[in-house]
Amino acid sequence: MQMDLLTSLYVFMLAAFIGFEVIRRVSPLLHTPLMSLTNALDAIAVVGAIILTGEYHATHPLLAKILGTIAIVAATSNIVGGFLITDRMLKMFKPSGPKK
Amino acid sequence: MDHFLVSDNLIEATYLVATVLFILSLMWLSKPATARRGVFAGETGMLLAIAGTLLHHGIVEYKWIAIALVLGTIIGVPLGEVAMTAVPQRTALSHAFGALCVTLVGTAEFYLRAPAVPRFVMGVLAMEVILGSLTFTGSLMAAGKLQEVLPQRPITFKGQNFVNLGLLGVAVVIAVMLVAHPEKIYLFPAIVAIPLIFGVLMIIPIGGADMPTVISLLNSYAGLSAAAMGFVLNSKLLIIAGALDGASGLILSVNMSKAMNRSFSNVLFGAFGQEQAGAAGAGAQEAKPVRSATAEEAAAILALASRVVIVPGYGMAVAQAQHKVRELYDALTKRGVDVKFGIHPVAGRMPGHMNVLLAEADIPYDKLLDMDEINGDLPQTDVALVIGANDVTNPAARTDPTSPIYGMPILDVDKARTVMVIKRSMAAGFAGIENPLYYLNNTLMLFGDAKQFVGSIVRELAGADGH
Repeated sequence: MQMDLLTSLYVFMLAAFIGFEVIRRVSPLLHTPLMSLTNALDAIAVVGAIILTGEYHATHPLLAKILGTIAIVAATSNIVGGFLITDRMLKMFKPSGPKK
Repeated sequence: MDHFLVSDNLIEATYLVATVLFILSLMWLSKPATARRGVFAGETGMLLAIAGTLLHHGIVEYKWIAIALVLGTIIGVPLGEVAMTAVPQRTALSHAFGALCVTLVGTAEFYLRAPAVPRFVMGVLAMEVILGSLTFTGSLMAAGKLQEVLPQRPITFKGQNFVNLGLLGVAVVIAVMLVAHPEKIYLFPAIVAIPLIFGVLMIIPIGGADMPTVISLLNSYAGLSAAAMGFVLNSKLLIIAGALDGASGLILSVNMSKAMNRSFSNVLFGAFGQEQAGAAGAGAQEAKPVRSATAEEAAAILALASRVVIVPGYGMAVAQAQHKVRELYDALTKRGVDVKFGIHPVAGRMPGHMNVLLAEADIPYDKLLDMDEINGDLPQTDVALVIGANDVTNPAARTDPTSPIYGMPILDVDKARTVMVIKRSMAAGFAGIENPLYYLNNTLMLFGDAKQFVGSIVRELAGADGH
């Protein structure tokens, strides 16, 4: 258990560094799509909610099912809505045409 | 047993691939040419991870999962199709949903594991739930203010920061007690309920112009709470996605606070309330003369210019003037005028909002320049046309140490040969700060509604072509 947590801390730290380096390079032009995209990616929390809802629980089965189901709804709406709107926004960004 | 092991490896493999795709997704998002590929990578990673999770051998019932996935999709589609002006409140709402998911899962995990919760797990679980609940109500409040269903004026009361920090302090103390004694299950509701209240109180004193900072900060909190959930569930994929989101929100918050000349600690402690300074001096300046011009005169000056920089602010979006601005851009470009747009980082209601609104109006993105890029061009610019922006063009930020916005980086429009400002009246901007730009000798005030005025200029330009 302790080993797992330590590994998790390393993973978190490395991911944070990668995050800073990658996101620093995102053009300020695209900061709104950046926020909606990271928000959609963040909704990967749905994975935890799915397992919570689907697993067998000896104690508090109803609580787990209710909270888990609402959690899946919330996360899924972020996934669907987040990717949809990010793509809609990005489609609008066009360079100057060859006409000019 | 063998069957399960294979299945577990397969699930882990989907998570690993999803992680790679998520990072690629953000790398590709860095520039417009590859950005849509980034969305595709993110979607693929997400589908893989969800499909992998559904194979999890511990799942005994799929009915509620299926119902929830369908319901979430039904809610998600309209949220993906809101108008571009409504993107800030949509984003705030999605932070609320993300935080809700994390808080609910954290709450369930606590009751399933209690009383035997290891210390470290209890610690991250408490962090997950505290950050999740305050982000949930805080984001709902922010969305409400942006959608204007809640009053946008900052509401302040005496000792506000004291009350807020005190509340948060109590929640943290209870969390520490839970870490020491996880068997005291009755304490748990407090670390959900208190942050829920704190989230509301945190956003009450915040006005519209501070929203870009607040949304970025809530974004960061949402990411960190998801990462904490990853620690609890021992899911590396979730830790990484949460860390990426948290880092993104943090970078944007720092950008925004720099652009408003606020220290980052000022932002972190939620002290967004407007200082009431500056308003006092307003009365004395009323007598100063300003020069105003008609649409005809403005069109004549623009037609003779060779370099024009347009500086849009949130007022342009409120007046829904972006499509008229695009007509103006077309009319001037056709005459051989070089037209660029100067975008301040805090223009609009969230980071990058102005760029999206102008891109929607079909203005090419290579004409949209951020503050650092455009400020070098402004001294060689014939006309700087300010539409619905105020404080971000205020030269007092550069020259007047007594101004409340002194030190804030601004767009140096006053350095252009001629400055034209479209404005309804001489009323002060959001922060209640007088703008000396309007009294300069090279400034022409164009009084009127942004959309109508730009429309009139476009007609004048077209009329001049006809003769």
